[in-house]
Amino acid sequence: MKILIIEDDLETAAYLTKAFREAGLNVDHASDGDSGYFLATENTYDVMVVDRMLPKRDGLSIISSLRDQGNETPVLILSALGQVDDRVTGLRAGGDDYLTKPYAFSELLARVEILGRRKGTRDTETVYRVGDLELDRLSHEVRRGGQVINLQPREYSLLEYLMNNAGQVVTRTMLLENVWDYHFDPQTNVIDVHISRLRSKIEKGFEGSLLHTIRGAGYILKASEN
Amino acid sequence: MARIKAMLKTTAVRLSLLYLLLFVVSATALLFYISAQSERAIRGQTERAIEREVRAINNTYRRSGVNGLVRQIERRSRQPGSNLYIIASPNGEIFAGNVAEIQPGIFDQNGDIKVPFKYKRFGDFDAEYTALAHVMELPNGFKLLVGRDLAEPDRFNNLIERALMSALAIMGLGALAIWFFVGRSALKRIDRMSAASEKIMAGDLSQRLPVMGSGDEFDRMSTSLNTMLGRIEQLNEGLRQVSDNIAHDLKTPLTRLRNRAESTLASKATAKDYRAALEDMISESDQLIRIFSALLMISRVEAGSAAAKLSDLDLSAVALDAAELYEPVAEDADVKLITEIDKDITISGNRELIGQTLSNLMDNAIKYSSLEEKTRKDANIWVKLKAENDEIVLSVADNGPGIPKDKYDEVTKRFVRLDKSRNKPGTGLGLSLVDAVMRMHRGELELSATDDQQEDLPGLTVSLKFPVKT
Repeated sequence: MKILIIEDDLETAAYLTKAFREAGLNVDHASDGDSGYFLATENTYDVMVVDRMLPKRDGLSIISSLRDQGNETPVLILSALGQVDDRVTGLRAGGDDYLTKPYAFSELLARVEILGRRKGTRDTETVYRVGDLELDRLSHEVRRGGQVINLQPREYSLLEYLMNNAGQVVTRTMLLENVWDYHFDPQTNVIDVHISRLRSKIEKGFEGSLLHTIRGAGYILKASEN
Repeated sequence: MARIKAMLKTTAVRLSLLYLLLFVVSATALLFYISAQSERAIRGQTERAIEREVRAINNTYRRSGVNGLVRQIERRSRQPGSNLYIIASPNGEIFAGNVAEIQPGIFDQNGDIKVPFKYKRFGDFDAEYTALAHVMELPNGFKLLVGRDLAEPDRFNNLIERALMSALAIMGLGALAIWFFVGRSALKRIDRMSAASEKIMAGDLSQRLPVMGSGDEFDRMSTSLNTMLGRIEQLNEGLRQVSDNIAHDLKTPLTRLRNRAESTLASKATAKDYRAALEDMISESDQLIRIFSALLMISRVEAGSAAAKLSDLDLSAVALDAAELYEPVAEDADVKLITEIDKDITISGNRELIGQTLSNLMDNAIKYSSLEEKTRKDANIWVKLKAENDEIVLSVADNGPGIPKDKYDEVTKRFVRLDKSRNKPGTGLGLSLVDAVMRMHRGELELSATDDQQEDLPGLTVSLKFPVKT
């Protein structure tokens, strides 16, 4: 995956570049708005990570210009401002995701990877399958090994999101944003509790675990290798 | 001198100067008008007196001819008074009368002489007098002048003018004096106000502007500025307290963070130890970040910048969502979550902030009703939403140990944690945020005991009172 980071703080940029490379991503970096816009129009990227406040040209204007030209590369906006309406203006300008500083790198990586895979989105599929787990998006039915599993509506949405991003790390914040539509940090382990409930429903009495916890990052839904 | 200069700059003084100018102009016009009027009236009177004399003399002349006329003139001339009588020869030489010398050319005219002329009296050659007169030609070519001295009317005129002038002068001086005192007292009050402001600017926020109690403009201004100062002082006090607290609350985790790093470096640690230390440090930093975000959030909410984001909000749905989010958490903590949420209650609000508020409250409720008494079986929390007459009450209650009533005010302050050891997780900012969110929604935050009868576990009910949407 090839990504472009437009970030004016050189130390942050160096850290991000190094960390993304270690995660196996191909990284370009621009340190101001103009050169960032230039790179974005010259090359093709899978994801762009754009700081909102940049010298020469601000992040939102870069995104709107790219969108006006029909460039649909997924963009994650990084911002030091974390207000609700900041998020809204950011997303309205054409951003696909929004992350407020300070953030954990694992959070950023998980989001970038999901944005990068979104190209081959599973949104059009009517049935999600992970191993022997099936989720029918039309009948809202969940089966494992042919056996129906009864889920609460919220558990269903949680599983749907996890299956849509199967094989990807999803963070607690991402779940809270996408399943509950909350953008704050609830301080306790609310998500963990919901996950463990879901986990016991889809794993108890079945062979092989599907929903794995990644320490310090989040969760991943994938079929066991064996 | 500088004071006078400053005084000249005041609005009061400028206004009074303008009024003074207007007053002088109109008073002068009035002065001219009145003296012109009185002069005209007196002239008229003089002319009528002359006319009467002329008529009387004419009668005498018609009855007894020139001789009779001369006799009468001589008789009249001897009488004291301000009448002038002259009989002059056709070439202008004075023949009889009570005038010693007259401005030349007078006898060239006939009829009324409307322009005052000069003359001299017998026995008083140094003084010049002025008079009005009527001249007529007698059949024998002689001329008869009957006139009236103007000294008397002139004196009267002068008197009026002088009276008017002095009245004006007194009024002008009075205006100047009033202006001076009014201007000076206004200036003094402003001086006092700026002295107070200077002290305030120097950092003494307890200073207040003087209020005289007269209820005038200055007082009203001072009062509202004082109210503003009070608010600023309060905010400043809050800020100072917060920065003290920040210093304290951030120092502890930062020190822990540093110590952890240092001790790991100093020890002969294995890769596994390093990993554990780094993970600890990450969670320690996460806690720091959490404190920062909470602080930032509170200040944003307090600054009211999110106020524009209030919109119609289904509070019932928000409450249900929050309860649903926390239900498994409560269950894991062996706390029973009971919801009594009325349907379809809408307010003007912000979902995100109220959601976070509820999340904070439920978090607290679960934390305090479960941690305190591990063994108890009947720990409950209630989430209730009701529309009462004129307000909407959303409450989160627990039957935990509660907090002492006299601490209710204190706990909404930033970083205040009644648990001094601070060994329970949390930032100490939860209720402060709730308080700020409620103020933004023009609502109220109210704390009470859930059940006063229970001495050990009175519980805590946090009620959020929202105004009914209009």
